Amino acid sequence: MEQLPKWADLVVVPLVGLILAFILSMLMVLATGHDPMEALSLMVSGALGSTYGWGYTLYYATNFIFTGLAVAVAFHASLFNIGGEGQAALGGLGVALVSLFIPWPHWSIALLAASVSAGLFGALWAFIPAYLQAKRGSHIVITTIMFNFIAASLLNYVLVNQLRPKGAMDPATAKFPVPTHLPSLGEILNGVGIPFAKGTPANVTLLVALLACVFVYILIWRTRFGYQLRAFGKSQPAAVYAGINPVKITVITMMISGALAGLMAINNVMGEAERLILGSVEGAGFIGIAVALMGRSHPIGILFSALLFGALYQGGAELGLWTSIPRELVIVIQALVILFTGALDNMVRSLVAKVLIRPKRAEA
Amino acid sequence: MTTAPAIELTGISKAFGPVQANKDISIRVMPGTIHGIIGENGAGKSTLMSILYGFYKADKGDIFIAGEKTAIPDSQAAIAAGIGMVFQHFKLVENFTVLENVILGAEDGALLAPSLRKARKELTALAAEYELNVDPDALIQDIGVGMQQRVEILKALYRQADILILDEPTGVLTPAEADQLFRILQRLKEEGKTIILITHKLREIMEATDTVSVMRRGEMTATVKTSETSPQELAELMVGRKVLLRVDKTPAQPGEKVLEVENLKVVDSKGVERIKGISFEVRAGEILGIAGVAGNGQSELLEVLGGIRRGTGTIRVNGQEIDLTGKLSDARSRRKGGIAHVPEDRQREGLIMDFKAWENIAFGYDDDDAYQTGLLMNNTAIREDAEGKIERFDVRPANCDLEAKSFSGGNQQKIVLAREIERDPDLLLVGQPTRGVDIGAIEFIHQQIVALRDKGKAILLVSVELEEILSLSDRVAVIFDGQLMGERLPADTDEKELGLMMAGMTGEET
Repeated sequence: MEQLPKWADLVVVPLVGLILAFILSMLMVLATGHDPMEALSLMVSGALGSTYGWGYTLYYATNFIFTGLAVAVAFHASLFNIGGEGQAALGGLGVALVSLFIPWPHWSIALLAASVSAGLFGALWAFIPAYLQAKRGSHIVITTIMFNFIAASLLNYVLVNQLRPKGAMDPATAKFPVPTHLPSLGEILNGVGIPFAKGTPANVTLLVALLACVFVYILIWRTRFGYQLRAFGKSQPAAVYAGINPVKITVITMMISGALAGLMAINNVMGEAERLILGSVEGAGFIGIAVALMGRSHPIGILFSALLFGALYQGGAELGLWTSIPRELVIVIQALVILFTGALDNMVRSLVAKVLIRPKRAEA
Repeated sequence: MTTAPAIELTGISKAFGPVQANKDISIRVMPGTIHGIIGENGAGKSTLMSILYGFYKADKGDIFIAGEKTAIPDSQAAIAAGIGMVFQHFKLVENFTVLENVILGAEDGALLAPSLRKARKELTALAAEYELNVDPDALIQDIGVGMQQRVEILKALYRQADILILDEPTGVLTPAEADQLFRILQRLKEEGKTIILITHKLREIMEATDTVSVMRRGEMTATVKTSETSPQELAELMVGRKVLLRVDKTPAQPGEKVLEVENLKVVDSKGVERIKGISFEVRAGEILGIAGVAGNGQSELLEVLGGIRRGTGTIRVNGQEIDLTGKLSDARSRRKGGIAHVPEDRQREGLIMDFKAWENIAFGYDDDDAYQTGLLMNNTAIREDAEGKIERFDVRPANCDLEAKSFSGGNQQKIVLAREIERDPDLLLVGQPTRGVDIGAIEFIHQQIVALRDKGKAILLVSVELEEILSLSDRVAVIFDGQLMGERLPADTDEKELGLMMAGMTGEET
């Protein structure tokens, strides 16, 4: 098959997938007896129509940037890290331990320490599947999925039996001490004179996420390790010929990937909940796969697709709040977007290719 | 003669976007002949045959089969018109038997048993008629490539093909298997079949064909009787200028021992001993050629020396023993020790096909100090370095920003050679330097290897092309079943003697 021009691959294909997903979604809304245009406008205005909406959209997007980057880094080495969910959960544990048991003088130092801890916990959780893949050939897709379950069980145990305050009924840690509370986006923007709704969960972690995008870009395309990682991802026999150590690349790449997924916890655990609850990741680890696919494993693409999925989450929540459209339908819409932009990417690409390349041939 | 041509193409043109793959091509193939089509990679041979087999539709032009104008919109129509195709890469189901593969797509009904019975009978008849002996119950994965190719031919004959098209059929065959194939083709011809042989190897054309058509840049430049032409003339027609078919070189002036191999043994991952204790040496300023049928341990030899595979024994480079099993047995340590390696399979190992040409210039040498700025890689420096190397090695198009996969085979090989040779290694390992490379580039590649030798470097050459071994090497060693059968000077030996040694007869017996 002929190759699509780069711009078409990067912009047109995801856009067409998105439009298809929305058309289908609107048909489903219609089928349940609701007005699709009203639903669409409610979703858009709910997610992007106010700074309040943006506060939520950006909060979700922050989560997805981290997990999207995590999947992307592994993807460049041809490793499919499906364990973002578990790695982010373990990151949460890392954040909780640092926040609960060390008295921090200021949130900025706490943020730094919590980031290191979250990254470390995530990286360690990714290390075991990576090591098993590199040394024993256990398939990383299987092991990372399994490690999601183990992470969930581990957190269950730790929260119920170790970290739960005496007498509390729900499996969660105590509230983190005040010095660890991160400034929200509203507070920061209001501080510099930009009006922004208070009381939304978007917080300073968004800046950390943007930094992570820059870090990943430099790592993949500007460092020697990134060069080796990409070479390994494209051809393992060639990597061995060049003297690149496959074990080293696999393990380090997965640990970086796990660390990025783990970093998500400073957003949802430290920035939003301010305590560690059970199931805090809420599927963001899996959304990261779709985000990375749609963003073509490039930080800028991931930034945009994370924003899209953030808006979808927030818009969907609004839809469930203000209309009688069943909550399940919102999940269906989100699933359709993932299906069309992620899984059916190749189908959409061949459609686009047909439209774009055919006329050219006729001219020649 | 009044007989209509088996195939006649008139004015065939085909363009892919701006690229004119076939320009106004006309050709007549007479029945009961072997017609060769020769041309460099990208000359348009495969496109032309794909049109004939219904994969592409020609923009212009007509196809006549046995005098009748025939439209071939798809491969079913081609089969119906009596055309059979044997592809370069076989289209066989590995875990099916020969018989099952033969009937695949030509089953008579919903139940397999009757088709299989019929096919078995017919296969026996075909085998007798054309001397195409294959065990119908063998699994494809258990038989050699030569046999697999016979199955492809049988598949075409089973579908009553009168015209057989073979696309680069000897690319994967050993010399002996290729000879067998040509005997089969000869036999098919005697039985009245028409054969079109597509290749870029001059020797095969001279050996096997009655008539030959030459293609260059999408055009048919000449059609001549094979008996009335010479390899030299064909090469010129293909390339469009005079070509040196023999390598021009002065006698070697061997110096110090650079590579000493003593009792090297290699066991593969399945526990099979692939190299069974071989010893040899290569001196500075000489080329040692390792001749042998593919799969007799020469690949493993290159891999051990190149740091891709582990082995036991003693290997010294410049008098220093090198690590064969431990931490320093990887490819990077080898490069640091002055060994450069042009691997046998450049697309699988030598290049990252999705990387740009300049990125590939740093491949394996990405730890070079000149390529770093602090923690980051100095892409500007790599690119500058790459531009120089690509220019000096005449890579075309001379564009560093193209991905490796968009270069032709010859130019890909030049990128690998530029990277490895310009490192000024003490020892160069070269595997199949001209496999899948067009004639024009072969000449250049051979010159570069000889030039490196003349600079006083040691070169170990592995090739399955005997001609290449004989013309490039200063000494020839023959490998068979993981053992060296003996050593000869190219001047004192010939293809016949080496061929016998490659089949396992030691020098003394011949």
